[in-house]
Amino acid sequence: MSEGRVRKELMGIYAVWWREFKVFQREKSRIVSSIVQPLMWLFLFGSGVGASVSVSNINYQDYIFPGILAMLVLFGSVYFGLYIVWDRKLDVLKAILVAPVSRISIFMGKVLGGCTDVTLQIIVLFLFSFLFPSINPWGIPLALLLLFVTSIALVSMGLALGSLFESLEGFQVISAFLIFPLFFLSGALFPVDDKLPFWLQGLVKLNPLTYAVDGVRGVLLNIHVFPFYVDFIVVIFFAITMFLLGSVLFSRMK
Amino acid sequence: MVIIKTNALTKSYGKIQAVRSIDLNIEKGEIFGLLGPNGAGKTTTIGMLCTIVRPTSGSASIAGYDVIGEPAQVRRKVGIVFQDPTLDTVLTGRENLELHARLYGVPSDIREKRITEMLELVDLKQRSNDVTRTYSGGMRRRLELARGLLHRPAVLFLDEPTLGLDPQTRARIWEYIKKMAQMEQTTVVLTTHYMEEAEQVCDRVGIIDHGRIIALDSPDGLKESMGGDMVVIRVKEPPLEKIRALPYVSEVRENEGALEIITKEAHLHLAEILSMVKNVECVEMRVPTLNDVFIKLTGRDIREDSIEDSGSWVESVARYRQRGS
Repeated sequence: MSEGRVRKELMGIYAVWWREFKVFQREKSRIVSSIVQPLMWLFLFGSGVGASVSVSNINYQDYIFPGILAMLVLFGSVYFGLYIVWDRKLDVLKAILVAPVSRISIFMGKVLGGCTDVTLQIIVLFLFSFLFPSINPWGIPLALLLLFVTSIALVSMGLALGSLFESLEGFQVISAFLIFPLFFLSGALFPVDDKLPFWLQGLVKLNPLTYAVDGVRGVLLNIHVFPFYVDFIVVIFFAITMFLLGSVLFSRMK
Repeated sequence: MVIIKTNALTKSYGKIQAVRSIDLNIEKGEIFGLLGPNGAGKTTTIGMLCTIVRPTSGSASIAGYDVIGEPAQVRRKVGIVFQDPTLDTVLTGRENLELHARLYGVPSDIREKRITEMLELVDLKQRSNDVTRTYSGGMRRRLELARGLLHRPAVLFLDEPTLGLDPQTRARIWEYIKKMAQMEQTTVVLTTHYMEEAEQVCDRVGIIDHGRIIALDSPDGLKESMGGDMVVIRVKEPPLEKIRALPYVSEVRENEGALEIITKEAHLHLAEILSMVKNVECVEMRVPTLNDVFIKLTGRDIREDSIEDSGSWVESVARYRQRGS
């Protein structure tokens, strides 16, 4: 590829990212509600369960904080990706898809746009981390990095699914059979240890999100099941797989 | 100079042939209209020329680039305004153009100037910092025209540019199209099923029906090919045979209780024709329209086929919400 061509593709990626960022800035109510939900998990659910439960000798709320971060990444990323079903219905994508920019660049712009949205929401949630005394603030940068890579995987997954579905009915199905199971089986709300029933342990260990939760919990609370490098490798592998799958499906999308 | 060339361009969807072996040569600077009823293959033809739809067979080139072999170059050379609105209603008018300029690689040093120029051309500078959700249908179309021409394409494709607009707005949109084509020296290819409107703007029209081009000429040329003027007489018992026998009458037919006659120099012969018809309810004499040409060629009125399909109600609701109007 010539230099001019590369520059044009980069400009295309930037253009799509820029569009997503503008939309993010405009839809303030969406941002607020996406932050309020995790806060409710932390303060309402966390306080309730935390009243009678503590894990690994720390406050239950502190314990689930990394899990709730992962939840925000999961829901935010997958829904962002699925949103292209709606964009396609309204033909917003059509004008972008006919531009002289390759599909993969458009896909990359979308992925980066989604990751930016989600990362900014995560940063807002981190502002509340001082309320959870067990959290080690020095672990935050590494946690952010891990969550960013996780969101690359999950935005790609959302876009991949969004490329396949033509109607919004798919949303319910994906919520019920994919997003919620991924969340509940990630160890976000409970420790992954030998007390778990055998079948549950198996499912949890198959779930790539488990490693994101474990890694973030490791750097923030120093509680982990796997070594950090294992968590990181699994998450990176998950991101690469989903990115490739998503770019293929997005390129084939009509 | 020929800027668009197609050679036996064909598209089939399964057994249905949407476009059948179209051969076209469109000159640089021309305003060319593809006219025909809904489902005739207009949008598919444009889709193939814009590299959105892959031809089943045949070939086409735009500004010397092959639509199948060199789609990226073709895309850079064309601007498209789709039938359905494709503006980003969350963005402002200016932001829509900025997005487009970046996607088409308009260099950053001329971007702002070019955007302002185009906004002025469609009289939207005042509203350019408003979110396009607040725009009227006509304003949105104008912004889409500006967007289509932003990167100085060699060819601008307009698919039903006036669909869904009220007659007054439609007239204004045509004015903008003419003005812009002239100022930007762009070749324009448009589709429409509003025959009267096409007549006023197009240098040349191709009438398309069932995927085939059935006539290709200037609007005047097509009308002349009718072989005279139209006389329409509303009457109960039309004396078809007697009128057909007249030497100057080139065609006679009955259409929904009306006698339609094509004759040379109708003003000279009208009296004689009327003298042969009893109980005349009303008479109309006119120069043929493109719609008359279409009826003559296909035996149907284009408007019979033109019940607009707005899609499923879900889509209608979605569009309604998107427009926020």
